Amino acid sequence: MSVVFERTKLLTDKQFHYCPGCNHGIIHRLVAESIDELVQEGKLEAGNVMGVAPVGCSVFAYDYFNCDMFEAAHGRAPAVATGAKRARPGTLVFTYQGDGDLASIGTAEIVHAAHRGEKIVTIFVNNAIYGMTGGQMAPTTLVGQKTTTSPYGRDEAWCGAPIKMSEMLSEVPGSYYIERCAVNTNANILKTKKAIKKAFQYQLDGKGFCMIEVLSTCPTNWGLSPVEAMKWLEENMIPYYPLGVKKDKGAE
Amino acid sequence: MALTLMKGSEAIAEAAIRAGARFFFGYPITPQTEIPEYMSARMPEVGGCFLQAESEVAAINMVYGAAGTGARVITSSSSPGVSLKQEGISYCAGAQLPCVILNVMRGGPGLGNIQASQGDYFQGVKGGGNGDYHLLTYAPSSVQEAIDIMMFAFEKAEKYRMPVLFLADGIIAQMMEPVEMPEMVDYKVDPEKKPWACTGWKPGDDPAKRGVINSIFIDTESLSEHNDVLQAVYAEAKKNEQMWECYKTEDAEIVVTAFGTVARIVKTVVDQMREEGHKVGLFRPISVWPFPYDALRETCCAEQVKAVLDVEVNEGQMLEDVKLAIEGRKPVDFFGHYGSQFPTTKEIKQKILEMKEGK
Repeated sequence: MSVVFERTKLLTDKQFHYCPGCNHGIIHRLVAESIDELVQEGKLEAGNVMGVAPVGCSVFAYDYFNCDMFEAAHGRAPAVATGAKRARPGTLVFTYQGDGDLASIGTAEIVHAAHRGEKIVTIFVNNAIYGMTGGQMAPTTLVGQKTTTSPYGRDEAWCGAPIKMSEMLSEVPGSYYIERCAVNTNANILKTKKAIKKAFQYQLDGKGFCMIEVLSTCPTNWGLSPVEAMKWLEENMIPYYPLGVKKDKGAE
Repeated sequence: MALTLMKGSEAIAEAAIRAGARFFFGYPITPQTEIPEYMSARMPEVGGCFLQAESEVAAINMVYGAAGTGARVITSSSSPGVSLKQEGISYCAGAQLPCVILNVMRGGPGLGNIQASQGDYFQGVKGGGNGDYHLLTYAPSSVQEAIDIMMFAFEKAEKYRMPVLFLADGIIAQMMEPVEMPEMVDYKVDPEKKPWACTGWKPGDDPAKRGVINSIFIDTESLSEHNDVLQAVYAEAKKNEQMWECYKTEDAEIVVTAFGTVARIVKTVVDQMREEGHKVGLFRPISVWPFPYDALRETCCAEQVKAVLDVEVNEGQMLEDVKLAIEGRKPVDFFGHYGSQFPTTKEIKQKILEMKEGK
């Protein structure tokens, strides 16, 4: 009997701690499978992978990705990845960050990693809310969206409109490839995987900074069932955060 | 070996390279900017990496990333910049990452000024970042001493798996002195010697050897165990790593305590006053963490000692450790300035004479 499918080796056996319906599990698997495939295809030497976990819901990602891992301070993952990549330039380096981590406290680090054309891949999981601390307003929270720190709904006049990191970073000269994806449908999951793998391939080819933003749900803190959350994402997030390639120097 | 006249900041930078540092991450700030400038020219010559970070916050996190691969990594800054690094320093301490951090101290608080100061003693030895941690902290009082300490700093950092901090006042970095520069050390990352580092673990290898550079231990038991490990390391460092200098203290009736450049000024005072028949000596901590409490107590509480004078360019920060060591057995007086005004030999002498007259 031949093996036609097996669990990716780039994930450990540790059980995820994520809430039911959370999209982190899908995204973790896409990242791990993409790396595993590059190894299988002989494009990447097994062991030449380093990941950087953030602070937020995916703070324990170092327990899940089965490779050398760093746990960074809040928002600092791109700086940690910079140090690691400069020290071991032949290694595939990625950061995995949420929207509180990347779009709020870590804006300086992500902008300057992109600005330097740092040869790393950032997986940016945007669910429009702070998950781990229990559902506070993020810079990515939609106007009118209720959170524990915007109980009357986000007021644009008071705290601005949600920040679009992919569009912003695509304007930074050093960024190479930026795409926004979602994992709300099977088709979108496949597109996300293709984007992640392409970003990793660009890094192996020595290209500059790549980021894949993945729109994601937070049923727990949105107060919705997993199915309702997917619908909310489609009806509210995707119109504001349009999917697609924002920049691809490799395709120009 | 021939002596070379070198500026402190450049000599310290060169010593770091000779000691095997191949990664420098920093940000410009007076009075230490000559260090990144020197590194930017020198690192490419030795196949190393100089990177100007977007901030001190980023720089220390780049240190975290590079040190996590087992490389010898250094960063430098001055007081307000070192404040920004405190978050990352706490993470390095928590993740047990060896690295070297230079603080070329200037006046504070806040933006303060750009002249030399000793105002970051508390920050360096009593914490700075969050949590129960310490740094091996050295206060050199000459350019040569800074070089000599640098030559073993990485080894100590690696032995104890803890960051090393240089508390150098701005004068050490800004003055020129004749120095003897040691030979280049040949350092290469050895995964056997650094099994904790990220050096290329792959699925199928021993899971215990996977590199996980981390400072989070979410349940109370594991964080408690982790802190037990850290405290055991600190206890070992306290036992082995205390450094100090006694200068003409054998028969001293007044012992002056001072660190860094101030101790150099005090040495001149000791020599001058001895010529005039006053029995004065100097006790100088070289490691300020671990602080040489026992040696200081032994020296300052000797029978013939009548009083102790602590001199610093701050409001009396090391003074607290001096008093802790002396445990009230001898009177302790203080003389110091802040705002980066270094005390003159005349002022210190005057203070000692007043003490002798019982004023």
